[in-house]
Amino acid sequence: MKNTTEQVESPVQLPNKKKTLRGHIVEIVSDSGEGAQKAGQSFGAISAKMGNGVWTVEIIPADIQPPARTKESASGIRIRLGSETVTNAGDEADLVVAFNEVVPYARIEQKAYREGTLFLIESKWGEDNNKAVRSSYAEALEDFRNRGYRVYEIPMEKECLRWAPNAKKGKNMWVLGLLCNIYQRDLGLAEGQVRQTFRKKSQEVIDSNLTLLKAGYGWAEENLDFQFDIPARKAEQELVVMNGNEALSLGIVASGIEVCSMYPITPATSTTHHLAEYIEKAGGIVHQAEDEIAAIGFAIGSSYAGKTSVTVTSGPGLALKTEFIGLAVMAEVPLVIIDVQRGGPSTGLPTKVEQSDLLAVLYGQPGDTPKIVLAPSTIEECFQFVILARKIAEAFRVPVILLSDANLGTGVQPFPRPSIQPEWLAAPIDQSPWKENGKPYGWDPQTGLSRRPVPGQPGGEYTLTGLAHSEEGKVTYDPDINQRASAMRSRKLAAFGRTLKPPVVHGDEEGDLLLVGWGSTRGAIEEAVDRARELGAKVSSLHLRFLSPMEPGLKDIFRRFGKVMTVELNYSDNPNDPLITPENRRYAQLAWMLRASTLVDIDCFSNVQGQPIRPASILQMIRKELNL
Amino acid sequence: MFGLNTECILDLDTTRQYFTLDDYKKGTARWCPGCGDHSVLSAVQKLCREEQLPPEKTVFVSGIGCSSRFPHYMDTYGFHGLHGRAFPVACGVKFRRPDLHVFVVTGDGDCCSIGAGAWLHAIRYNMNMTVLLFDNNIYGMTKKQTSPTSRMGTISNTHPHGSVLPPVNPIQTTLGVANASFVAQTADWVRGHLYATIKAGYEHKGFSFIRILVRCTHFMNELANEMISNKEHLIMLSHEQGINPDEATLKMFARQEAHDPTDIHRARQLAESEEVHLGLFYQDKNAPKYDQYGAHNLGFGVDQRMAAINAELDRFAV
Repeated sequence: MKNTTEQVESPVQLPNKKKTLRGHIVEIVSDSGEGAQKAGQSFGAISAKMGNGVWTVEIIPADIQPPARTKESASGIRIRLGSETVTNAGDEADLVVAFNEVVPYARIEQKAYREGTLFLIESKWGEDNNKAVRSSYAEALEDFRNRGYRVYEIPMEKECLRWAPNAKKGKNMWVLGLLCNIYQRDLGLAEGQVRQTFRKKSQEVIDSNLTLLKAGYGWAEENLDFQFDIPARKAEQELVVMNGNEALSLGIVASGIEVCSMYPITPATSTTHHLAEYIEKAGGIVHQAEDEIAAIGFAIGSSYAGKTSVTVTSGPGLALKTEFIGLAVMAEVPLVIIDVQRGGPSTGLPTKVEQSDLLAVLYGQPGDTPKIVLAPSTIEECFQFVILARKIAEAFRVPVILLSDANLGTGVQPFPRPSIQPEWLAAPIDQSPWKENGKPYGWDPQTGLSRRPVPGQPGGEYTLTGLAHSEEGKVTYDPDINQRASAMRSRKLAAFGRTLKPPVVHGDEEGDLLLVGWGSTRGAIEEAVDRARELGAKVSSLHLRFLSPMEPGLKDIFRRFGKVMTVELNYSDNPNDPLITPENRRYAQLAWMLRASTLVDIDCFSNVQGQPIRPASILQMIRKELNL
Repeated sequence: MFGLNTECILDLDTTRQYFTLDDYKKGTARWCPGCGDHSVLSAVQKLCREEQLPPEKTVFVSGIGCSSRFPHYMDTYGFHGLHGRAFPVACGVKFRRPDLHVFVVTGDGDCCSIGAGAWLHAIRYNMNMTVLLFDNNIYGMTKKQTSPTSRMGTISNTHPHGSVLPPVNPIQTTLGVANASFVAQTADWVRGHLYATIKAGYEHKGFSFIRILVRCTHFMNELANEMISNKEHLIMLSHEQGINPDEATLKMFARQEAHDPTDIHRARQLAESEEVHLGLFYQDKNAPKYDQYGAHNLGFGVDQRMAAINAELDRFAV
């Protein structure tokens, strides 16, 4: 480990130490509570600021304080760096920093590492007082070497103790310094990032962490025999870097929404943590309701009496909100519902990614409940789509559901800084007298659209009801009126659909195989397609952002490919499994919808392993499909 | 008066006429003849006229059940929503629009059974709204099932041999929740008292919880007759800070008892006693109000909002 031959001061003078790469994947794994995520998020932000493409994703244990030195305790983060834009978490890691020898096994189970992965491990366990710990460490190191990892033992705690009394608290910043040296990050930027991270803490805490950052940086400089340079492209535009949940939060305020009504649920809640920090300065409030049902009820009450409000939830919360979503559709109350999807069914995998709520949002309510469903596919779209959703909700007088997921929610990526437009912010509530002949639902027969009276408008008095109602808002059990009202609510989707353009194919417009995805999988799918095309495969991909109604022209696009297949993170039967036949096979959720709407025999490639889908696994599937 | 709402001075409209009872009436109430709900409707319409509440500034929020049809009979804004969910909706309305007069109309099933969770929290939020709990001790709309407030032994379609649990006591429950600020009880057949109680609730700047004993003459006729005929059974709580109906109404009560509505311990004892007390059990004018928590943060100007968003974006800038 110790580099004894090179005693030169600057890495610039060390051409044999430094290696230039197009990209690298780094992981930090620790026991829960050791701050690996904070170190990794900071590292990602610093790299983005330097102009690198970055994607980070957290490794989150299920419990707050699981027993230390167990696989269950594995907590951490993956940071993928590139010279170009990075759109997904990638395949196996190239470099790992492990705070002990046990936690990496949680990631080894996920096949997160490969032969040749650089493995930087805390060495103190080899000198532990407990014999069992010492032998566990020795065995693990032997195993790591047998797996082909390049192991470096790093005296993390020992070094930290030279600078700080409690090494457990600051080890993560020492590791951040270590990584900053290995990847030649700008130390000034790193210091700024540490100040930002600890901005709510005392100066003492900030100083201590800055000292550890520099100590880690210096230690790597003197003791490691490798460095990597990932050339950055100086950004032409001003960039911001954040995770998908923060982007949703900023989108909420930029959309003019003033009331966010929520109940805590993983992995959606961090959206509202961020929002609660600053929404009051921008004019608005986060209401923490007593339960998921009350959260949406409050949002609907607030929307009914004013501007569109938002509620933020995840799978189990969405299930509880079902009845109110039906009411919002029936009574035509504008509303934005953000669902940061997690693994299901039931409480499922709270911290893991899945795209399993698509059919639930579309068909979860009794009765016919047409609504608009959007799925952002990048962090930037998380921001933009809230603004879009609020506009659609008000123009079409309908709930709009935004399907994000844990991968987007915790993934951090830089994107061009949005230029906030005054017209995004909603206009003041109309309180002028109501002129629509007393009709609160004066449906336009062509589009189903109608204007909405808001309390305070004289002459607009009506009683909103979830019962079948006429244009006048009167309760009616007249069969013709219910048929017509249902048609009018459905017509709004068709009218909205007319505003959409056909989606753009990634790759050639015809070929042997077309992959169709939605939501957070876009980066991985497109990367796999690009790699396959370099190998000569005639494969393209299509990514859908609008799921209800869907973008037009899909059947025409599908017709130009030999085979069409969805790539999704939800369950589908493997056609080779026992008892599964082409007739009884249960398809992935988008595949169901596309098969039904296009009558094309669409296949699917999906899993529910709770992990972001890897480009390599998609590439492998493409090669199998095309016999490459 | 004259339709002026001082909370929203921009809406000042001196040409507006005086609102009459007819301005608040809509359609024909579909409750059974003899149902106690009719007299509550009349009392509320009278209150609206007496207070000259602008119909466009008044919202009645209800859940599901016989009583929850109430908003359909008021020519104001109304929200006839989901079973048990009137409170969250009403809180959202009031939170976003502190200038609106908000009333909640709910029943014993709606409030004390399916909506019990939201009820407890609405008490705690203490937002400025008037809550009318129509308690007829039975499920009427779904045709006579046991309600959470049905007396033990009540014969119903779900308990043909008599209900087996003691009932929920809504006054006792409300008095047990932190931040309760106005807790009163009245009855549909004591009209002067009913009106005076609703008016006192309306005037209270907080969550005014009024349990109204309502007769269901269709399914619970025996109980209804018993309640009306047994004058000894009702005790009126009297206090200068309490509910003070007109002289004629006072004469209807054979029994009166002095009760200071700031004394929550005595209020709880009264709520738990075997006898039925009408009047103001408890009032705390200074309890924290959730609507004050949010109101000042709404309706910012465009410049202020854009500045705040851009300042936040700066934090994420590369």
